[in-house]
Amino acid sequence: MTSELRSLYQEIILDHNKSPRNFRKLSDANRTVVGYNPLCGDHYTLYVRTEDDIIKDIGFQGSGCAISKASASVMTTIVKGKTHAEAEKLFEMFHKLVTGELSGAIDAEELGKLAAFSGVSEFPARVKCASLVWHTLSNALQEKSETVTTE
Amino acid sequence: MGTVTHAHGSVAVGTGFDPESVRRDFPILKRRVRGNPLVYLDNAATTQKPQPVIDALVQYYASQNANVHRGIHHLSEIATQAYEDVRAKVQRFINAASVREIVFVRGATEAINLVASSFGHAYLNAGDEVVITGMEHHSNIVPWQLACQRRGAHLIVVPITDSGEVVVEEYERRLSPRTKIAALTHVSNALGTVNPVKEMVRLAHQKGIPVLVDGAQAMPHLRVDVRELGCDFYVFSGHKMFGPTGIGVLYGKEEILSAMPPYQGGGDMIKSVSFERTIYHDLPYRFEAGTPNIADGIAYGAALDYLTRLDWQVVANYERALLLYATNAVSTVPGLRIIGTATEKAGVVSFVLDGIHPHDIGTILDQEGIAIRTGHHCAQPVMDRFGIPATARASFAFYNTQEEADRLVIGIQKVVEVFK
Ligand SMILES: Cc1ncc(COP(=O)(O)O)c(C=O)c1O
Repeated sequence: MTSELRSLYQEIILDHNKSPRNFRKLSDANRTVVGYNPLCGDHYTLYVRTEDDIIKDIGFQGSGCAISKASASVMTTIVKGKTHAEAEKLFEMFHKLVTGELSGAIDAEELGKLAAFSGVSEFPARVKCASLVWHTLSNALQEKSETVTTE
Repeated sequence: MGTVTHAHGSVAVGTGFDPESVRRDFPILKRRVRGNPLVYLDNAATTQKPQPVIDALVQYYASQNANVHRGIHHLSEIATQAYEDVRAKVQRFINAASVREIVFVRGATEAINLVASSFGHAYLNAGDEVVITGMEHHSNIVPWQLACQRRGAHLIVVPITDSGEVVVEEYERRLSPRTKIAALTHVSNALGTVNPVKEMVRLAHQKGIPVLVDGAQAMPHLRVDVRELGCDFYVFSGHKMFGPTGIGVLYGKEEILSAMPPYQGGGDMIKSVSFERTIYHDLPYRFEAGTPNIADGIAYGAALDYLTRLDWQVVANYERALLLYATNAVSTVPGLRIIGTATEKAGVVSFVLDGIHPHDIGTILDQEGIAIRTGHHCAQPVMDRFGIPATARASFAFYNTQEEADRLVIGIQKVVEVFK
């Protein structure tokens, strides 16, 4: 494998692709939003239960490429228990990470598992795969439209 | 490195065609991508251009550039002559009866929009039907949907089988007294299926129904004789047959074209204009409003010349052998399923891998310098038909080689390795 490939398909990503976490429907979700990329067919439904501005529980279902699925899985593990504002801030940081705009010292602790997606910035065509579910979450939290499409 | 485990003889030797004899004419094929020699297997999206096409573009701008059909000065005469010569080349290339039947457009998409709009305006009424197949490219679906919406007509879709073929009887059953036109792809871009369009045209004509054939994917692989096919319209894009982007052809039988209203209005498509009354130009200019794509049109002529010089029978045999070779070779990969297994196919191997999304396949192959396309290929109904979101598609041209097919297989094996 080339080093670019290895940095894109890191172990964490392959693992979350194979065994996605929180891969389930929430029966008590109060926000349900679909994320869809018609160009490549990535299609996920995100279920969120929020209470007093806190993401109490989150799950997702659907299918797509390894990057989009791992991103969804990692995201659910990270934002659970976070406030809306914290989740939005993580999204902002994640977006900068995958577009290669994260300048200066990267706070490894803050990034946590998200750091596994740093390789995406070398693959401009895959940025949308990585960020699809984050856009979807953002819409869910802002109670915007029920379908997010990126292409 | 993986290995290709099946036995293989040389495709080239078996057919008497040496792909190296054409590869040297395509400068881009010499380049490297990400450190590897380019393996270009995205020919259904667009083909590469031989040197004479590239030269013609440069030469036109360097020494001939002028507007056509309007100047009396020397350059305009040269440009007009060169541009109209290409029309005559197209006419001969597809054996049309007259240059009046050759309308220059941007590509297959614009040609279909022209017919759907103009023919639709003239002949489609509420309750009428337009028949298409379940394997059309979006460009042979959406223009008809638009025309049907405008006129209150209905789009009737002929289903396709699990192998990706049209059952001719199913098609025939859907041709009704309300059918005003049938629009059928000659070769499917997503599946590679070659449809029996000659027979399908005959069946429609028995019921007095005109037929448009989308030849975008047929022209790079088959020698097409529109009078032999008998179709009323035949459309194609220059860029998919080794010519430049931005130029394509609508062939239409003269008697049917001459009865159709103009599509766009403007300069070049008129004889005289006053505020009270405009007299439209004769065919084909009536359908060519505005300054055309002169440079690409002229360079397209160089592509036609190039194709004319090839021994087409030999090329066709080689392409058939290469497609068979590639199909068998990729089929050896465990978990790989080919989408589109029609008996008659051209140029395309579309496939999915168990548990691996086509997008990931595309990214990993790209790292190896192998260009394929992944996605729905502008044929979402085809994907829906097979219950998949997307496929990976390797599409071949006569300049592709057996070695490239082998590299594709090795690349796919690497993909499997990554996701093991
Ligand atoms: C079967 C078919 N029809 C029509 C088209 C549209 O061609 P263009 O985009 O050049 O207008 C394509 C291009 O992919 C095609 O494959």
